[in-house]
Amino acid sequence: MISTSRLSDLFVEVADTLVDDFDLIDFLHHVATSAAEITSSTAVGLMLDDQEGNLRFMAASSEDARLLELFQLQNAEGPCLDAHRTGEEVADIVIEESVERWPVFAPRAAELGLHSAHCFPLRLRDQVIGAMNTFRADARAMSQEERRVARALADLATIGLMQERALRRAEELTEQLQFALNSRIVIEQAKGVVARTLDVGVDQAFGMLRAYARQHRLRLTDVARDVVEDRGALQALVDSAT
Amino acid sequence: MDRHDDQTPAGDGREHTSWRLARAAMAQTHADPSLSGLAAGLQRVCRAATSSLGLLGAVVHLITGEREALVASSDEASRRLGELPFEVGEGPCLEAFALARPILVPDLMLMGPPRWPGYLSAVDGHGLRASYSFPLLVGAVRLGVLDLYGASPRSLTPTEVSLALVFARVAIETLLDGSDGSSVALLDDPQVGVMHGRLEIYQAQGMVKVDLGVDLAEALALMRAHAFGRDVTLLDVARLILDGERLLGPEGG
Repeated sequence: MISTSRLSDLFVEVADTLVDDFDLIDFLHHVATSAAEITSSTAVGLMLDDQEGNLRFMAASSEDARLLELFQLQNAEGPCLDAHRTGEEVADIVIEESVERWPVFAPRAAELGLHSAHCFPLRLRDQVIGAMNTFRADARAMSQEERRVARALADLATIGLMQERALRRAEELTEQLQFALNSRIVIEQAKGVVARTLDVGVDQAFGMLRAYARQHRLRLTDVARDVVEDRGALQALVDSAT
Repeated sequence: MDRHDDQTPAGDGREHTSWRLARAAMAQTHADPSLSGLAAGLQRVCRAATSSLGLLGAVVHLITGEREALVASSDEASRRLGELPFEVGEGPCLEAFALARPILVPDLMLMGPPRWPGYLSAVDGHGLRASYSFPLLVGAVRLGVLDLYGASPRSLTPTEVSLALVFARVAIETLLDGSDGSSVALLDDPQVGVMHGRLEIYQAQGMVKVDLGVDLAEALALMRAHAFGRDVTLLDVARLILDGERLLGPEGG
């Protein structure tokens, strides 16, 4: 049973990041983290359609490299891809029983100690723009309540992606999706710069970028851009980390 | 169409339709004989986009710092159209570059309060009715803009958007390699389309920047050269770098 007070706290937290000057990647990270907590999932990831025929990783509750790999390989197969293609929830997948269906995905997920998966499409009116993927370490089915909350968080992710755009024009979806996908690449470039400069892992580098942005009330994507463009932000981040 | 069609990634039932269409359009397109190298490669992209999307024309702007160069156009009339926003200092392509997002205007005459009054009066009489600007970006690396011009007011269909994005990607790869369009070979390998989404490549790009003290664009160019030289994929190279390997610098050391 999800506690009502925890649930309202989570939604207030997520909604709080959805203010004027919000950072999309940080917001989606927050949605994924909240979804993981509320559904007792080991990991939650958000994927977006790149409009070129691929499903691309956008945000996850954990930046662990092996989990990112698991999200990314679902560009080729997996429950996330199926949810995206069909626009329907792919419910209560037991990983061990899915090897025939997904010969690459299922063994890889099992190696990470994951036993079940549940995927929600990200819907925008009649279009499916991506999917939210939840993984659990046990094979327990997701309760109706957990599913409802997870669906609401998936909708919140879509709202965040579209920001203030009412999508009066079909073009706005393309403009916004492409901007979001490129922002994620900027974050990865910055993770690489920080990881090599400080000799830390890329997941740790992400945490440092995020902490620095929070601490200085800056947008994560702006910090990442400053770090890769050598505007003194890297040195400042190094100083604050040591 | 050819043997590559059945080489989509394992388990991927989706056909990369736009990659196939782009490949076919590129194969049927030639650059002016007077052009060579990068200019020829990019003109082929402009011409293939123009023919396959039913456009008036297309141009590629290269923008570095304060400098802007129109490096390719499908034809002379489009070259002229492409120069106008830089003469008046405004227009969709400048906005696409500045905001790092596509700016798609299905009908230039139907914008509420005109966003670019100077630009609109400059293009008046050139037969331009729709404008689709795609910034050429690799994360923080901003190379320029692919501008597509339409003679009639209309929205691009999802398939056309997809195709335009593939042409933008071919333009990016051509610019990174400074090639004459031979990198268009990337269209022959459906994996390349999948690969540009892989996060490891961009993480490694940041690492190479630090290792060698080069800029991000050069870091990616070095990784691509390394992959090409060893006949391995860019993702393979990225994984080696993530494991701690250092590439040789641009001078070979």
